Amino acid sequence: MANADNPRTEAPISEADVAKVARLARLDIDDAHVHQFTEQLAKVLAHFRDIDALDLSAVAPMTQPYPLVNVMREDVELPTLDTDEVLAAAPEAEERRFRVPPIIGLDD
Amino acid sequence: MATVPTTASAIAEAVASGRVTAREVLEQHLAAIDAREGEIHAFNLVTAEIARARADGIDADVRAGRPVGPLAGVPVAVKDNLCTRGVETTCSSQILRGWKPPYDATVITRLHGAGAVIVGKTNLDEFAMGSSTENSAFGATRNPLDTSRVPGGSSGGSAAAVAAGFSPVSLGSDTGGSIRQPAAMCGIVGVKPTYGTVSRFGLVAYASSLDQIGPFAVTVDDAALLTEVISGRDANDSTSIPAPPMSLRASVGAGVAGMRIGRVTDLPGGAEPEVEAALEAAFASLRAAGAEIVDVRLPSLSYALTAYYLIAPAEASSNLARFDGVRDGLRVGAADTNAMYGATRAAGFGDEVQRRIMLGTYALSAGYYDAYYGKALKVRRLIADDFARAYSEVDAILTPTSPVVAFRFGEKADDPMSMYLCDIYTIPTNLAGHPAMSVPFGTGAHGMPVGIQVLAPALGEQAMFRVGGALEASAGGAA
Amino acid sequence: MSDSTLSSVRATEDQMLPGGWELIVGLEVHVELATRTKLFSGSPNRFGDEPNTNIDPVTLALPGALPVLNRQAVELAMRIGVALNCRIQPCIFHRKNYFYPDMPKAYQISQYDIPLNADGHLDLPSGVRIGVERAHLEEDTGKSTHVGGATGRIHGSDYSLIDFNRAGVSLVEIVSRPDIRTSEQAREYAAELRAIVAAIGASDAKMEEGSMRVDANVSVHKPGTPFGTRCEIKNVNSIRALGRAIDYEARRQIDVIESGGTIRQETRHWDDAEGRTHTLRVKEDADDYRYFPEPDLVPLDPGNDWIEAVRASLPPLPAARRAMLQELTGYDPQSEAVIVAVERGQHGYVKSIADAGGDPVRALIYVTQAFADAGENPTVPPADIAALTLLERDGKLSATQAKTILADIVANGGGDAAAIAAAKGFEAMDNSAVEAMVDEAIAADPDAWAKYCAGEEKAAGAIVGRVMKASKGKADGKVVSAIMQSRRG
Repeated sequence: MANADNPRTEAPISEADVAKVARLARLDIDDAHVHQFTEQLAKVLAHFRDIDALDLSAVAPMTQPYPLVNVMREDVELPTLDTDEVLAAAPEAEERRFRVPPIIGLDD
Repeated sequence: MATVPTTASAIAEAVASGRVTAREVLEQHLAAIDAREGEIHAFNLVTAEIARARADGIDADVRAGRPVGPLAGVPVAVKDNLCTRGVETTCSSQILRGWKPPYDATVITRLHGAGAVIVGKTNLDEFAMGSSTENSAFGATRNPLDTSRVPGGSSGGSAAAVAAGFSPVSLGSDTGGSIRQPAAMCGIVGVKPTYGTVSRFGLVAYASSLDQIGPFAVTVDDAALLTEVISGRDANDSTSIPAPPMSLRASVGAGVAGMRIGRVTDLPGGAEPEVEAALEAAFASLRAAGAEIVDVRLPSLSYALTAYYLIAPAEASSNLARFDGVRDGLRVGAADTNAMYGATRAAGFGDEVQRRIMLGTYALSAGYYDAYYGKALKVRRLIADDFARAYSEVDAILTPTSPVVAFRFGEKADDPMSMYLCDIYTIPTNLAGHPAMSVPFGTGAHGMPVGIQVLAPALGEQAMFRVGGALEASAGGAA
Repeated sequence: MSDSTLSSVRATEDQMLPGGWELIVGLEVHVELATRTKLFSGSPNRFGDEPNTNIDPVTLALPGALPVLNRQAVELAMRIGVALNCRIQPCIFHRKNYFYPDMPKAYQISQYDIPLNADGHLDLPSGVRIGVERAHLEEDTGKSTHVGGATGRIHGSDYSLIDFNRAGVSLVEIVSRPDIRTSEQAREYAAELRAIVAAIGASDAKMEEGSMRVDANVSVHKPGTPFGTRCEIKNVNSIRALGRAIDYEARRQIDVIESGGTIRQETRHWDDAEGRTHTLRVKEDADDYRYFPEPDLVPLDPGNDWIEAVRASLPPLPAARRAMLQELTGYDPQSEAVIVAVERGQHGYVKSIADAGGDPVRALIYVTQAFADAGENPTVPPADIAALTLLERDGKLSATQAKTILADIVANGGGDAAAIAAAKGFEAMDNSAVEAMVDEAIAADPDAWAKYCAGEEKAAGAIVGRVMKASKGKADGKVVSAIMQSRRG
């Protein structure tokens, strides 16, 4: 959660930003869509400038709509799904596992 | 054939007493679907055979004297973002086409337990993102009252199904108005219960902290009945409030004498004049019924739309990341996994979904969290605080449901922002987590219905249904 | 991991690396919690099951599935927090968003700015205190198998296969402060941490099965200057490998810097066979996890009552257990026997043998020798073992005889040592009988005796062996040696 000292929103979103976000979101979009999304997102984000005028320093962020705490389950086994049925719905499976193309550029 | 009643409660009573069979009820509704579904396209899938088997089972229970539930034999249409075991659940998206969940959503289990007969899965804006049901990968739904117009959205299919008489009641989901707004545009009742009162387990998430399942009905009483059936704590949803199912039907006819009803003096403008007039008429009718109308201020409301269009897409960008072509649904082949992700998701999601994923990803990304998402969460708090202050003065608040009546196809499709503005009055309740309902009240431009929204504090459903019942009772005169 | 924060811990003179370099290490240790089910769903947490059998809608991230927190996972995480002297605090969960085929939701539910356990420490047996920044709850990923290609590794593979059995299993990630200054300290830290989480029942902590995984953040710098750029070393599969990997990486970094290069911040893979690390991934700004509060879960606030109940239920930690055995036996706390007994949780059993009147040193030795598979609470009555220790101590049985009887008692779940000795015909041989046997053995092998007398100590074995054979193991080896030495003069 970087950039806390400059949390303002004046900079308009650029096509380079949009292309970067598309990579982050794993959406292969073409140049026409990059252009279109840039315009549309800029419009939506422009509305956010209203909020810049608000002094929110003393306001706590609201992360849940209803104040519940400590919702837990007991450590008890529940029924599992049928492996064959699940793998039958998979785009590709092999040796009771889900098959994917080579993992490159993602390694960890 | 015996006469089939029109409301869910009357159908259930007639079926339970044996005056009509669940099968007769079902066949009559299937006939209505046959007659007009081609024109309306309320459904992605009509599950006639499953429904027939279910109806016959209920009739067997009745004949055998076994107890049947409060929705015995009542046909119910359910939005196609609710998981139904073994029955295709698509969210009106190519990416989920053909997916058959191995489990039922909790609300589906509860409907079955109450004796309901599910007749099909209704169309929606893809992943519930939209306000017109035009963003469906499988074609738009038409408004049964004027087929040149949208039914509203995103639960447009569920609203149209009830308005067209395909089922007396239906279920939708409401993230920023997706039940109330189409209810208003189709001239029926729609309810978004308090966040946490209805389990979200099995609802394909759009924005987890805003989504809530609720009913559509022709009458306020049926809406109360459905809400009673689907509410109550569920151990599968951590955000489910630990409370028993709600008791609401008694409130519907209880009247509003002595209630204090809020009028928002600083409500963002922009509503059509006929909508404004209907709101005034609604206040007048409540005053006539013995309620006191009290001015309240909700100064942060003007920021609600902006906050919503950051919070909802941010959560959506994360919720929809699981559609990656690995385990189920669509896969577009590619040389490596990363390329497969990008190709699958670009092909599987429509433009509006991609737009919101992009917006949400941007709002959460490094360097922008504090500027966008962090601030939006603070604005959310301001809005909740505004409501809390208002509810220290009043029992419920009245606003229009939508600033506009049902519009024509394509009218707002090219400008996301003008579409987003349709939700300006419904969104604040989702941000606050409160209940709200839309009740048809009067007619607007082009003879299309107007919906009046009743808002109440968290768990204030009884007060909300009192007001809703009173509006319904006087709406005949207003129409 | 707090990187360039200057730590107050300084390497001592003898801990410095050649060239005046100081090693800076922080460890990130993941332990899988010993829960029956996963962190957010009721699928079994079992190692080694058939692929994709321990799966449910939550594990597979099926649309509409929702997580529900496992109470026992929280309890075990709190045990770790208490054992590591952490502050246990109200906390929330965050989503860490990234795409990877073994991560079904494309986000990991973890903890971000407010972890369950914060600001603790671990005291190494050598006396150094290592800060623990945090110990937070998170879920594990599935497992990928890379098929085809020359190496069987991810690079150059034809495709990959995913098993989700491990996806969603409860983990606690324990992040140390960068207070570690030598590879020996790193090994000590990992070993002690493993002993602690095992002792408190939080995890079986088996590095070979992956239920404990250690990543090392390694950098070097000259004291008085800011920390150097760190590299994260992954795939360290044993405590020995941890030491080797850190030593290698420190040398590599120093070589790079001294030859004018700079260290890139990157993730490096330890290859145990080759004995080196190599680049896995260069850390870039692309590491954008878009953390935000998990809206499907509510906050966790353990509260004082629960924290105190956990604290009260905690058994003595390894350090206390070792101190107890030291007190009892006089053995060094770092001796093999003490460490083994404590790791197995059998310190209490040793104590109960001593309490039953047994000889404490022999009790410790017997337990480490004969109870490897007996678990924390062996069923053999401590009094039976106590009786055996006394027979050996008092010279009534030779060490060899005692060992035979011990095996017998363990196999039968108990037994009267004296009775077994009698039944086997074991009896204390008086020294004159042993002396006669020694003389016979010398006469039978004069060559060996001559060599022994010439100072070749190894030659004694042949004589001792003859005595043992003649006495059928009844002769005490120590007594035999003493007689031989006195004969040699």
